[in-house]
Parts: sequence; structure tokens; C-alpha cells
Amino acid sequence: MIPVAFDYVRAGSAEEALAALGEHGDEAKLMAGGHSLLPMMKLRLAYPSVIVDIGRLSDLSYVNDGGDHIAIGALTRHRDIEISDMVKEHAPLLAHATSHVGDPQVRHRGTIGGSLAHADGAADHPSALLALGGSVVARSADGGERVIEGGDLFAGFLESSLSPTEMITEVRIPKHTGEGWNFQKFNRRAQDWAIVGVSAQRSNGSAKVALVNMASTPIRATAVEEALAGGASAADAAEQAAVGMEPSSDLNASVDYRNHLARVLTRRALQEAGIA
Amino acid sequence: MQRFAGSRPPGMDRLVEVSLSRRCDSEDSVQQSSTVTNLKGAPVEISVEVNGTSHSSDVEPRTLLVHHIRDAVGLTGTNVGCDTSSCGACTVHLNGEAVKSCTVLAVQADGQAVTTIEGLADGETMHPMQEAFMNCHALQCGYCTPGMVMASISILDENPNPTEAEVREGLEGNLCRCTGYHNIVKAVMSAAGGDQ
Repeated sequence: MIPVAFDYVRAGSAEEALAALGEHGDEAKLMAGGHSLLPMMKLRLAYPSVIVDIGRLSDLSYVNDGGDHIAIGALTRHRDIEISDMVKEHAPLLAHATSHVGDPQVRHRGTIGGSLAHADGAADHPSALLALGGSVVARSADGGERVIEGGDLFAGFLESSLSPTEMITEVRIPKHTGEGWNFQKFNRRAQDWAIVGVSAQRSNGSAKVALVNMASTPIRATAVEEALAGGASAADAAEQAAVGMEPSSDLNASVDYRNHLARVLTRRALQEAGIA
Repeated sequence: MQRFAGSRPPGMDRLVEVSLSRRCDSEDSVQQSSTVTNLKGAPVEISVEVNGTSHSSDVEPRTLLVHHIRDAVGLTGTNVGCDTSSCGACTVHLNGEAVKSCTVLAVQADGQAVTTIEGLADGETMHPMQEAFMNCHALQCGYCTPGMVMASISILDENPNPTEAEVREGLEGNLCRCTGYHNIVKAVMSAAGGDQ
């Protein structure tokens, strides 16, 4: 319940945060809403020596019209994305997936940047990012900046491809105005992580499908996408949902059950989204 | 972290291995890290406004807001009911928004305004939500109740006329072992309907 002791630095700007990361390297962790990191610290599964609090960087909290995409500041709280008219109009999959994250109290604190940087294969946001073909902007302590495509952001189990001296500053979501979409989240109790989940997004005649909790990272269901591109029906394409996946077996579900859920939920998502 | 509830969680070995490898500069310090020695955490001075009154104190950075409220500020209406940010018994308002104070550090509340269950009543006059809970018998043991009331007020702040389904979804972050939620939902609907 009580985290291991740490030193605390409150950053007044992104530059200050990056300078702190530059100084402390991988001994430091950024904390935005803290609703992925703090629970781990309370269970002592994580014990960074230095916490760099970026929660007050309100100039990184925004939802802006970027022309062909929506630009969302990394510090934007889930609640603000959930109710954003711009997101609901141009990327409703993201607004909807966000509304399923945790519970209202969690959504008042958690941020999209924090969620993506946490790189949890069982979280809802990353699947929406992948299905929408989104990307993140990452700034580094040496002043550099790069754009990381969603598919390149998730390196391993709870491991993003960010270096210890980088932070996400913005999330870019291509607009999908009027395109079919669907989000499926299967769990047994309110506020639970998905046992298995699916994000499906139609885009200009093709579709992207991303799965939740079917591998150690957020992952695209490429076999399903290829089947759809080949003209398969929703039911037939969905039969490929477990191909290439490595779901874990745990207290909630066996590997077989997860594979089954992936197929059923993918079929539902594709049909609801009008994709096939 | 509730998906890890129960016995040793699947994936935890990998998680610990990853945590250790990230902290370590060299290979052989993996052995040394099996005992966590950490001289960090010098106290930080913070000032938090709680129910309208400013409280200044020195806190270790790792102090959770719920512990700060209960121990340093001395308001024990806010409860700790779990270890996993699930139960919501610790729910308070931070700058007017319902948050789980067990998943907020006291240092994050520095310079901010916190409202606890003790801050709702106006003298002897109960807040309408408190009165609705009383009238609808929305509590038995009362342990989840402060968090339920704070969360319920937040639901109505954001959605003044919710459907019953919206109330149930709005209370997803609060667990009750006694009541089965039925009367809690009635209380929130009653408060929304302005029956008070």
C-alpha cells in the first residue's frame, strides 16, 4: 500500500521534465495522472528513485483540429477526451474506448499520454490508437523530437519504445469522420480490464482491427485485416482473430477461451461497424 | 491492478524482472537489488486546502493523499478499503472532481482544493445527497458510504438528470459489500429528481 520512498520533482514545463529525465535517466519516471504507475508503486512492482510530476503541464492538455487529424495533448485527461465534441465527431472510436477506461474517478486523473507510454496490452487506449492509425510525438532531453507510429510504440510487455529521456507530448489521431467503427470490451465486473477486447475502424474501404489482451503488447489482428482485404465476410475474417496471437492464461481466462473470445468479439465488432 | 487479484499473478515474474532490469545500470547489480535500500524521500512542504481551510505540513513524497487527509489533517471520514484502486471508499473531490485519494500523492494536491465527506454539510444541514442516502436507506455498515456520496455528487455535477443505467455506470468506481447497490442508486436518482 505504501510505495518505496522516492525523491519528487515537480516540472513546470516540458523542458524541465525532460531536463530531469536527462539528469536521472532510468532512475526517474514521469507521473502524469499516476493511475498506471501509482498502483504499481503501491504494490511495489515498480520503485523508481525519482518521480517527475508533469501533472500540472496544462499547456499539454488540449484537443485541437490538426486538419487531417486531431491533435491531442499528452496531458489531456481521459474525461476530457470522452466528452470532446471534436473527438466524438472525427474519431468516435477513441471517445468510446476512452469512456471504458477504469471508472469516472480514474478518468478524472488518467491521461492519454500516460496510458500510451505505459504500453499495456490489456489497456483500451492502445487498441484504439492502432485501429485509428494514430501516432505520438515524442520529445527528448537533448531537444530532439520524433513522430512514432502507433505500431512502433509498443516494444514489449509494459515497455514502450520511448527512451528513458523521452516524453510523449502529443497524440495524433487521423480523422475518420463518418466511418464505421466498433469497440468490444469483454469483462465480468465493472471497471475491470478487458479479458479480451477489440477495436475495429473502417477507413476508406479498408479496415484496421486491434486486439486488447491477446498478446504481451497492444496488437493489430493482421490476419483478420488480410482476410477482409481479400473479400472475406465478417464471420470468416473473424475466424482468423487468434492467428499470430499469444494470449496469456490467467485467473480470468485460459488461452483457449481468450482465442474464442477474440473470434467472437471480432465478428461482433466487424458486423457492428459495418465493415463486412 | 485487480486483474492480478488472488495468488501470485501470472506475468509477475516477468514484471519484476523487467522492473529490476530497468533500475540497474550493470548486470551484477541485479543481485544487489534483491534488497531495496533507498535513502530517498526527504520531506517536501505542501499546503492543501481541505474543506475550505488551508493545511500546511511536511510530507514524504510517497505519502498518499488519503493517508494525509486521515493522519495529518485528521479527517477520518475518508476510508481505505482496498490495495488496488478498486473500491472507491477513498473518493474525495480534488478541485471539484471525484478522484480516488489512494491513487493521488499528497504532493500532487499541493496548492489544490480538496473536499471530503466532512465538508459537505452546512452546519447542521445535510447536503442533499447525504439526505437522499439517509432517506433511501442507502447504507448498512457505512464503510463505502463517504466514497459513494462523493462519487454520486460528481455524477450529478456532470450529468444532472441521469438515467438509472447512467447512475450505475457512474458508480463503477465504488464497491459496496452490504447493500447490493439498489438503494444507493435510488438515493442518487432521488437527489437528481430534486425530491429534497
